Amino acid sequence: MTIVDPIKEAAPVDPNVVNITINDKPVVARKGELIIAAADRTEDFIPRFCYHPRMSPVGMCRQCLVEVETPRGPMMVVSCMTPVAEGQVVRTATDGVKKAQEGVLELLLANHPLDCPVCDKGGECPLQDQAFSHGPGESRFVEEKRHYEKPIAISDIVYLDRERCILCDRCTRFADEVAGDALITFTSRGNDTQVLTFPDEPFSSYFSGNTVQICPVGALTAKPYRFKARPWDLDQTESTCTSCSVGCRTVVQSSRDELVRYQGVDIDPVNWGWLCDRGRYNFESVNSPDRLTAPLMKNGSELVATSWSVALENAARMIRLALAQSTNSVAILGGARGTNEDAFAWAMLADKLGINQRDAQLGDGLSPEVFNLAQATIDETCAAKTIILLAPDVKEELPVLYLRLRDAAQKRKSRIIEFSSRNTGLTPYAWRTVGFEPGNQAQVVREALATPEMKEQIARGEVVVVVGRSNLAESEVFTLQALGEVLSAVPSAKVLPVLRRGNVRGAVTAGLTPKDNSGDAIDILNAAAAGKIECLILLGVDPMADVADSGLVQRAFSQVKNLISIDTMINSSNRNADLVLPAAAYGEKNGTTTNLEGRISNVAQKITPRGTSRPDWMIATELSIALGADIGVSSLEDLNEKLVNTVAAFAPSSDAKSTHGDGVLMARETPVTISGVASKVTDRNAYNYRLVVSRTMYDSAQSTVASPSLAGIITDAAIFVNPLDLARIGVAEGSSVRVGADGTNIVIAIKTHNGINRGTAWLPFNHTGVDIRPLLNIASDVVDVRIEPIK
Amino acid sequence: MSKTYVHAPGFVAGDRPKIVTSRFEFADSFTLERYLATDGYKGLRAALSRPANEIHEDVKSATVLGRGGAGFPAGTKWGLTPQQVWPRYLVVNGDESEPGTYKDRLLMERDPHQLIEGCLIACYAAGLSQCFLYIRGEMALAQERVATALNEAYAAGYVGKNILGSKFSVDIILHWGAGAYVVGEETALIESLEGNRGMPRLKPPFFPAANGLYGQPTIVNNVETLANLPWLLTHGVAAYTAIGTKTSPGTRMVAVSGHVKRPGVYEIINGTTTFRDLIYGEEFCGGIRNSNALKAFVPGGGSAPWFTPDQLDLPFEASQVGPAGSMLGSGAVMVMDETTDIPAAALTLTHFYAHESCGKCTPCREGGTWLERILRRVVDGEGTDADLQQLLEVGAMICPGAFPHAANEKLGLTAVPFPYKMTTICFVGPSAFAPVHSALTLFRSEFEARVKKRVTIPVTAVTNETANVGASA
Repeated sequence: MTIVDPIKEAAPVDPNVVNITINDKPVVARKGELIIAAADRTEDFIPRFCYHPRMSPVGMCRQCLVEVETPRGPMMVVSCMTPVAEGQVVRTATDGVKKAQEGVLELLLANHPLDCPVCDKGGECPLQDQAFSHGPGESRFVEEKRHYEKPIAISDIVYLDRERCILCDRCTRFADEVAGDALITFTSRGNDTQVLTFPDEPFSSYFSGNTVQICPVGALTAKPYRFKARPWDLDQTESTCTSCSVGCRTVVQSSRDELVRYQGVDIDPVNWGWLCDRGRYNFESVNSPDRLTAPLMKNGSELVATSWSVALENAARMIRLALAQSTNSVAILGGARGTNEDAFAWAMLADKLGINQRDAQLGDGLSPEVFNLAQATIDETCAAKTIILLAPDVKEELPVLYLRLRDAAQKRKSRIIEFSSRNTGLTPYAWRTVGFEPGNQAQVVREALATPEMKEQIARGEVVVVVGRSNLAESEVFTLQALGEVLSAVPSAKVLPVLRRGNVRGAVTAGLTPKDNSGDAIDILNAAAAGKIECLILLGVDPMADVADSGLVQRAFSQVKNLISIDTMINSSNRNADLVLPAAAYGEKNGTTTNLEGRISNVAQKITPRGTSRPDWMIATELSIALGADIGVSSLEDLNEKLVNTVAAFAPSSDAKSTHGDGVLMARETPVTISGVASKVTDRNAYNYRLVVSRTMYDSAQSTVASPSLAGIITDAAIFVNPLDLARIGVAEGSSVRVGADGTNIVIAIKTHNGINRGTAWLPFNHTGVDIRPLLNIASDVVDVRIEPIK
Repeated sequence: MSKTYVHAPGFVAGDRPKIVTSRFEFADSFTLERYLATDGYKGLRAALSRPANEIHEDVKSATVLGRGGAGFPAGTKWGLTPQQVWPRYLVVNGDESEPGTYKDRLLMERDPHQLIEGCLIACYAAGLSQCFLYIRGEMALAQERVATALNEAYAAGYVGKNILGSKFSVDIILHWGAGAYVVGEETALIESLEGNRGMPRLKPPFFPAANGLYGQPTIVNNVETLANLPWLLTHGVAAYTAIGTKTSPGTRMVAVSGHVKRPGVYEIINGTTTFRDLIYGEEFCGGIRNSNALKAFVPGGGSAPWFTPDQLDLPFEASQVGPAGSMLGSGAVMVMDETTDIPAAALTLTHFYAHESCGKCTPCREGGTWLERILRRVVDGEGTDADLQQLLEVGAMICPGAFPHAANEKLGLTAVPFPYKMTTICFVGPSAFAPVHSALTLFRSEFEARVKKRVTIPVTAVTNETANVGASA
């Protein structure tokens, strides 16, 4: 009798597993995987230049040649283009392979200038490293090398040295394949092949910095880092970018206690190694000479430096005075730029003092209730069959999310249904773009989703709605109504809220959000304007520049008795503050941050805070002691422990290690649902233009203006209309027009854009030159303007 | 007897079976009128009257070899497309740019309808829905003639919807190249057709038959290959295979250039005609000019390793030329007589391939130019002994391992068979090395004579005495 042990029976065979051997060692690979990718999981390194795991292979540099056994004997193949096959025998270090690899390296070096001593890449250069590890040791090339002008500026930020270029196609492939800005390409042929821009068209891509990072030689360099440091002088730590709420993983590098560079870190769930140029280069603002170094206190009409003890004492006095009136006399605005811990410390202080009026959003966000809907992660969004966009121009506001969504549409065959009042960066990749006039979106969404074509698409599988504020000149209600329409048409749809401020989700969840229905930022400003707020605390916000309705902010500030600002620099809001406390900037403090999908990951301190500036949480703690309302925090670890134990959403991050690398997702409560709200449609007088106001990547944000490399890219404000509307207005493109609404007028240049519907006008927000904010009145649901020629 | 025609410069007719050049004797051979009067579109009618798979079988059993260079049987190629994937395309490679080759140009200029008919038969037999005719940018007359012929054919109902009243519809789209040698390589041609830079794709994974133009199954055939089809369909497989040998049936066009008495394009019997027949035969080239001695010849276009008089008796048969160390390639024989400056000849060819490198693969882009620069130095009399060795070593970076060359009794060389190994995607890189390697292997003494024997300059240590001379002066 034979006993069959059921456990020992053959395990089911995974059809996707492919067994190969690399240098006689067995390797388990996945079906369709490339040999080089399989080898990367072993000890056997295959040298490469053109291969990049996030881009399609081209087999251009020929450096990754290996031998593969075939029935006709060993064959030399490029491992970056050869997929694995069952039983494949790969050898990466035979004499033949070594000779071939040495040969390719010698050829690559033949025309390379070998100016390593003055090259920024020297020390971290794949060409240098692999010349040592896989090269022939010396060159037999005695001819004169190729010469080009070096370097040439191909954009405001990037310089190109064609002599160093080894023509690996990484930058050009990135620009074309990943970013969709094919502004650099190969020109000429054969030995004269070179990377160049098109005539009169700079490489003005929002993602140009990535080409510098992935360049395997020093051919592409970026202005902010040129000749700043040598790689062996760099000190680095892994962190998370908080320039916007995508939360890209970065490495923060410093030299001599000064930030010198950020590099993207490849993590699967978020940024795949990419960064946008704003996030990559605005570290310059941390090094700005305009940074505050000591607390400032108003003395007469001037702000005068003072000590922390005096400053804190005065802050406590101001708050105490206001609290003596009522707890409603104090309000806190901001907090979205700090860490979760910063926000939580301030929330604890507010709780302790009974301050309910607090808001990390500035009237341009969405009600926190969107976080309670069924949530989607970025990965889930990009894997969905249908992605519905009710969002701002993602390319402008959340650039790396744009890369992910574009990739989903291009390669993963997700279909994007975009609802927008003007063409956005994703419009070329959208399956359908449905235009609407601000105010009418709910109706447009309802009607569009009822068409058989859309119904069929939605029925194909998972649906994710990407929702955010696409227009600062319209009420939040319209976005929520449109979202309600989507959710009633597709009740199973998940939501990816895209609010733009760095840690807005973390700050709101940690408690910097209106408590007990006390009203949001706009209500707070209205209350202040009505003289009901005695003391207003600004946590790293500049409402004068950032709130659409600047008139309201002006009225509010003029009525507030004591304005306390906690910030890194003097800005238009705290210029007239009564007290300014210097805060530690990004890179100067530890903590955790939360991205738009609710991913908690760590931010790390790399350099010492400027002057006497301190992290926000420390300021809150000391203030609490000065106020006699101690929140009981003695260290950041202590604070973090309180946070994860108090706020359930943060519980998954209780192990500090979990916030490293990929980070960890917030705990989610059982999702609630919202259904369609009765929508109202606002009619427009046919003589008027309905205003769309939105942000672009390079605007007058504090961190952009204070970064010399980026400041020059900010364009002057202009109003954009459809070219066909130009004749109706009776002006030529580029001329000045008078734009008026509700008795307010501004004079601004007019430009045209094909992606704007007729009857709609687009104003980019917060640009240099003309101040457009007088036109924006938060009280009205939409803004209609007249555009008239100047007689 | 050999005959030439004023209206078909370069073509030499003979008393041999004519499969693709039968109309070249007529001055108006490119018109539809003449074509119809000489059995034109008869093959297409014959094809359409039978099921497509039978036609495919015919082409397979006739072993119509590809005439572009690789000599792969067309019928087999058609069978490599995956089943039930539509649409699938036919791409006609009319980007004839191999040095020494000018047969396709004549076929397009003199008999464009024959090519169009061939395309239609191929599309019908292999189930291809659209045909792209890619003609080299420099061939103005060929472009004009094919365009005119195509218009006539459309008007007459031979191309387009419901051809000849059948259910078979096909469109032929003309495309003119921008002038790049590498686009003669099929995957680079597809890239160029798609509007990209003419750079080859790596195969695998992208064999055009499975994943070609616009990612669809694509058959790429040479002009001459397709021009064979009308005759094959009109006269039948038996008539076709009766000509030539079993493995190389039919005829093939050979362009002879160089130091022969009568250079030109000949339609020769495949498989049996030898190089001696071609170069010395009265009905062919009639011997070397001025009755000089033959020094070397290139048997299959500029990229083929060279032969010497030792190989004259080889026939036009791939299975014999390959083991002898070269290839038949595109049907171009370049003849060099005893007056030829071999290093200079090699430089001319290497310069061409280095210049035509597309710049994609490092070994070709950098190595080709490097070879050219060393060789130029040697030809200019500025080279050294080390340079000769360096030429071979740079070549080894493009083609590792033994490089094919012909046997040579005098030098005591035995043949290294074709093909070579290579570190590049396509054959442009190795092609830059082939002439250098052949010339250096077979005629090394000529290089050595060119290499400057440098006199070693004696270096003496600087003594105090000599060092002070300048100071005191």
